[in-house]
Amino acid sequence: MSKNTIIFSSSLGKKFVMSLTGLFLCSFLIVHLGGNIALFTSKDTFNEYTKFMTSNPLIRFMEIILVLGFLTHIVDAILLYIRNKNASNTKYIFDKKKSSISSRSMALTGSFILFFLIVHLRSFWYEYKFGEVIYSEDSNGNQIKDMYHIVTSSFESPMYSLFYVSAVILLGIHLNHGFQSAFLSLGLRHKKYTPFISLIGKLFSFSITLGFISFPIYFCLKNFNLW
Amino acid sequence: MNLKLKVWRQESSKHKGKIVEYKVHDISPDMSFLEMMDQLNQSLIEKGQDPVAFDHDCREGICGSCSMYINGQPHGPENMITTCQLHMRSFNDGETVYIEPWRASTFPIIKDLVVDRSAFDKIIQAGGYISVNTSGNSQDANAIPIPKENADSAFDAATCIGCGACVATCKNSSAMLFTAAKISHLSNLPQGQVESSSRVISMVNKMDELGFGNCTNTGDCAVQCPKGISLDNIAKMNREYLKASLKSEK
Ligand code: HEM
Ligand code: SF4
Ligand code: FES
Repeated sequence: MSKNTIIFSSSLGKKFVMSLTGLFLCSFLIVHLGGNIALFTSKDTFNEYTKFMTSNPLIRFMEIILVLGFLTHIVDAILLYIRNKNASNTKYIFDKKKSSISSRSMALTGSFILFFLIVHLRSFWYEYKFGEVIYSEDSNGNQIKDMYHIVTSSFESPMYSLFYVSAVILLGIHLNHGFQSAFLSLGLRHKKYTPFISLIGKLFSFSITLGFISFPIYFCLKNFNLW
Repeated sequence: MNLKLKVWRQESSKHKGKIVEYKVHDISPDMSFLEMMDQLNQSLIEKGQDPVAFDHDCREGICGSCSMYINGQPHGPENMITTCQLHMRSFNDGETVYIEPWRASTFPIIKDLVVDRSAFDKIIQAGGYISVNTSGNSQDANAIPIPKENADSAFDAATCIGCGACVATCKNSSAMLFTAAKISHLSNLPQGQVESSSRVISMVNKMDELGFGNCTNTGDCAVQCPKGISLDNIAKMNREYLKASLKSEK
């Protein structure tokens, strides 16, 4: 094996890839959350924002990169998981771990995020592209697909909202370990900066969780006239 | 004091093992854990039974052979010590104590609590050394000036005794902490610079080839390490590896 390919096939190489794709997905979450805030402004703003996101060529290009990012992260996660399981094939009768639960359940939280991702794409992306969508008029009088209706009507269901909220909390747990772990995987660790990175990681995972759960909670409560 | 021990007994790597219960009486709180095991074995020998096989050598915390997973933790409940440095005063009278071997597919069980850790030797053989011609004209090491911080961190890393507690406790049975300690010990010193690129690549590849797991950065290893080897070494190894693979021409 040549040394240049080793960087991707070795254990450390896979972790570099894992951390880079993980951090890239983190940046996507920021953009996604930022865009969703349009849900709180008005129906038209959100629909126009959706129209922009689904038609702008640069965004369409980034969409491909995003899909590749997800796929690489997932395939790498599976490869790492298989190796780790083979290396530790016998369990202790009595075992006391001192590490955080979030760090030990990355594969579990990750799998749930993947499941959520599929459901999420089915209910929003697929509906918007291929579903029977109602149209609404934008500020210029053009007919555009009413994404606002697709989203808010999904969140009216308490079951769907509950599922969404749980998935986002698990994502937060994934990030709680993942964010700072990615820096260690890249070899970035320093007496002064690492506590700062950990703090940013905690704040980041907490804000992402709070941000994303606010939409289902708000629209669900609103539907029952509780907000 | 009296204890109820639940000890892993296994004839060989081919046999299936099981937990066997033993009662040990009149243990002095000043005894080391290994002395307590000696007392158990003495009583087994007197009864004509097979004593529990366990590894030990220096009995003063420097050889790293006393591998035992005691009550769910490598080397037992106290921090920064090996099993031979653990004293019975850390346990309560009447307590049940589980004693298991290191468990990792790379550390196969030889008998009872004894595991084969030669995989660590293979990692060292892959590059954990410096090639110096010692034909009589080598320079005195103390004649080379080394910044104090470098000497200190090299020394900290060099205190790794190769006990394997890091692999034993890791949920992925990863040997990252051990390998990283060896790599950063040498790469912190001028003598280790010459081979630093080839060393990190060979040692990491050997570690992978032997079947050790990957690092999820959970940090259990550093908590359980009897020598307090820190995760900083893993970060350093990651950096060295990235650097070495980028500049490598092969
Ligand atoms: C928006 C979605 C996601 C984000 C932002 C994200 C982020 C991250 C980050 C930052 C890491 C740390 C990388 C490191 O330790 O170097 C990580 C690790 C991990 N992710 Fe994700 N991830 C996401 C989705 C997923 C999915 C869908 C899966 C699985 C199917 C997954 C499985 C894993 C696993 C198993 C690890 C741990 C790898 C290891 O250290 O052994 N993640 N993720
Ligand atoms: S790093 Fe610590 S736990 Fe691992 S082998 Fe060295 S001394 Fe033992
Ligand atoms: S017997 Fe040598 S470290 Fe315990």
